[in-house]
Amino acid sequence: MHVPDGFFNAATSVSAGAVAAAGVAVCLRGARRELDDRTAPMAGLVAAFIFAVQMLNFPVAAGTSGHLLGGALAAILVGPYTGVLCMAVVLLVQAVFFADGGLTALGVNVTIMGIVTVLAGWGVFRLVTRLARGKAGVTAGAFLAALVSVPVSALVFSLLFWIGGTAPVDPMAVAAAMGGVHVLIGIGEGLITAVTVATVLAVRPDLVYGARGLSRRLVLRDADGETTVGGTPGGADEPAAPRGALRPFLLGGVGLTLVLAGVVSFFASSDPDGLEAVAENKGFLGQASDHLFGSWALADYGEVGGVPVGVAGVVGVGLVLLVAGGLAYAARNRAGSRARA
Amino acid sequence: MGAGHRHELYLPGDSPVHRLPPQCKLLAVLAFAIVVVATPREAFWAFGLYAVLLAAVAAVARVPAGHVVRRMAIEVPFVLFAFLIPVIGMGERVSVLGLSLSAPGLWAAWNILAKATLGVVASILLAATTEPRVVLLGAQRLRLPSLLVQIAMFMLRYLDVIVGEMRRMRVARESRGFAARDVRQIPVIARSAGALFIRSYERGERVHLAMLSRGYTGSMPIIDEMSASVVQWASALALPAAALAVLGCAL
Repeated sequence: MHVPDGFFNAATSVSAGAVAAAGVAVCLRGARRELDDRTAPMAGLVAAFIFAVQMLNFPVAAGTSGHLLGGALAAILVGPYTGVLCMAVVLLVQAVFFADGGLTALGVNVTIMGIVTVLAGWGVFRLVTRLARGKAGVTAGAFLAALVSVPVSALVFSLLFWIGGTAPVDPMAVAAAMGGVHVLIGIGEGLITAVTVATVLAVRPDLVYGARGLSRRLVLRDADGETTVGGTPGGADEPAAPRGALRPFLLGGVGLTLVLAGVVSFFASSDPDGLEAVAENKGFLGQASDHLFGSWALADYGEVGGVPVGVAGVVGVGLVLLVAGGLAYAARNRAGSRARA
Repeated sequence: MGAGHRHELYLPGDSPVHRLPPQCKLLAVLAFAIVVVATPREAFWAFGLYAVLLAAVAAVARVPAGHVVRRMAIEVPFVLFAFLIPVIGMGERVSVLGLSLSAPGLWAAWNILAKATLGVVASILLAATTEPRVVLLGAQRLRLPSLLVQIAMFMLRYLDVIVGEMRRMRVARESRGFAARDVRQIPVIARSAGALFIRSYERGERVHLAMLSRGYTGSMPIIDEMSASVVQWASALALPAAALAVLGCAL
C-alpha cells in the first residue's frame, strides 16, 4: 500500500523526504563497499527482482491475499545497504512510471517501506544469527526478520500518521488496525522469505549476503592422500552441535514472539475500536455496500470490540509460535541429517 | 529499449508535451504536486481549476481520457480507505442520508481524494508523454545521484525480462495443476521466488562482465546532451505557475 499525495501534511512529507535522502546517501556509499563497481548492474537487477516478487500474491487466510514487501528479503540476500537502495529505486520507479504512490509522498514511502523494513529486518536477522549459527539460524533469522519488519513498518506509519496525518482518526486506532493486519501479513512474508532464502542457500549459498560466514573451508586432497585445509573464510562455522546452538535461538524466538504479541495486544486492548476497524477493513469492504449504507450502525461499535481483540491475540500468538517452532524443527532436521551424511 | 520493450504507460506521440525536455517536465509535475498538496482543502473551486489545467495538458499532449482513467485504478485501495475515514473518524457528527458521519472525517476524506487523484493524474500524464529512459536522464540532469539513476536504468531495462521469466514460471506451475489456494502453497511460490533471485543475480553478473568487456568503468557515457532552452522551461513551468496563481487567489 503506497501512500498517495495529500495523505500527510507538507511538514511531515518534507521531513520524511529529508530522512529518506540522508538514508539513501549513506547507502550509496555503503553499497559501493558491498559491491564495488558491480553496484549499478547488480543492484539494478536485484531491484527488478524485488519489483517482480512484489507482484507475487500469496494467500494469507480465508480468501484474502497479500503481497511481499521484500525489504527483509533484500537485506538478507544482498546486504542492508544495497537492500535499501533497491527498495528506494523500486519505489521511485513505481511512483514515476506507474503513478503508484504520490511524488510528494515519495520520502514517506521510501522511509517506511525501504529504510524501516530493511533496518528492522537486518537487525533481527543479525540478532538471531548471532544466537544460532548454521543454516538453521539463517532460515529462522530470515523468518523472524521478515515477520518483524512488516508490523514495525506499519507502526512507523502509524507514528507518522499521529505526527502529521491529515485524517482525524484516533492514532491508537490506526496503530492497532495497522499492527493487527500487518502481523498476519508478516507471517506470510516471513514464510515466503524464509523458504526463499533457504532455496537460494541450497543452490548458491555464496549469493546469500547474510550467510557469508557459513562457507566451508577449502579442503585439498592430493595424489598421496594427504589433505590440506585451506584458509578459513568464516571462522567458527563447523556444522557441529546444531542442537546446542539451537536452544538459545528457540528461547530468543519465543521471547521475541511474546514481546511482539504483547505490544500488539497492548495496542489492541487499549482501544477496542481499532481492531474492529480491521474487521471492517477485512470483512465489510469485501461485502459490498450493503453494510456501509444499510444496517451497519456505530452504536454497537465499542461493545463488540472486546471479542475480536482476545481471539485475534490468542490466534496470532499461537500461529506465530506454531510456525516458528515448525520451521526451526524442519531446519534442524535437515541440518542434522546433512551432518550425519 | 528496443522495440517490444515499450512501457505500458508510455503513449508514443509527437505533441508539444512529448517534445519538452524531461527535466522540465519532471520539475513541473513535482512543483504542481507540491502546490496541490499545499492548497487548503476548503477551496473547492481551486481543485476544480487544477483539474481543468491537467485536462488542458492532456488535450495538448493528445492523451485520450480513457488512457488516464484506466491507469487511475492504482488509486483504488486509498479511495476505499478515504470512504472509511468519515465512518471511523472522531469529532462532531453530521447526519448524511441517515448515516452518522464525522464532519472532520468528511473533510479529510475529500482532502485525500482530491489531492491524491490530482497527483496520480499528473504522474500518469508525465509517464504517458515521456519515455522511461529519458525520464531518468532528466532526473540525472536534476542532480539525482548518478549511481541511483544507473540502478534505476538497469532495473527498467531488465524489468520486462525478469517479469517475463516470472510469468513463464507461473505458466509452468499452473500447467502442472498448481493453484495457490491457502497457506500450504506458500513454499512452492517461495521456491519460485528463490529460483527467480538466482536467475536475476546470475544475469546481473553476466551483464556486468559483458559491460566490462565493452570498457565499462563505473559510469555510463552520455551520448546526447539534453539541454533545455528558456522557452522550453517556460512552457513546462506554465503548469505549476498557473496552479500557483490559483493557489494565490484561494488564499
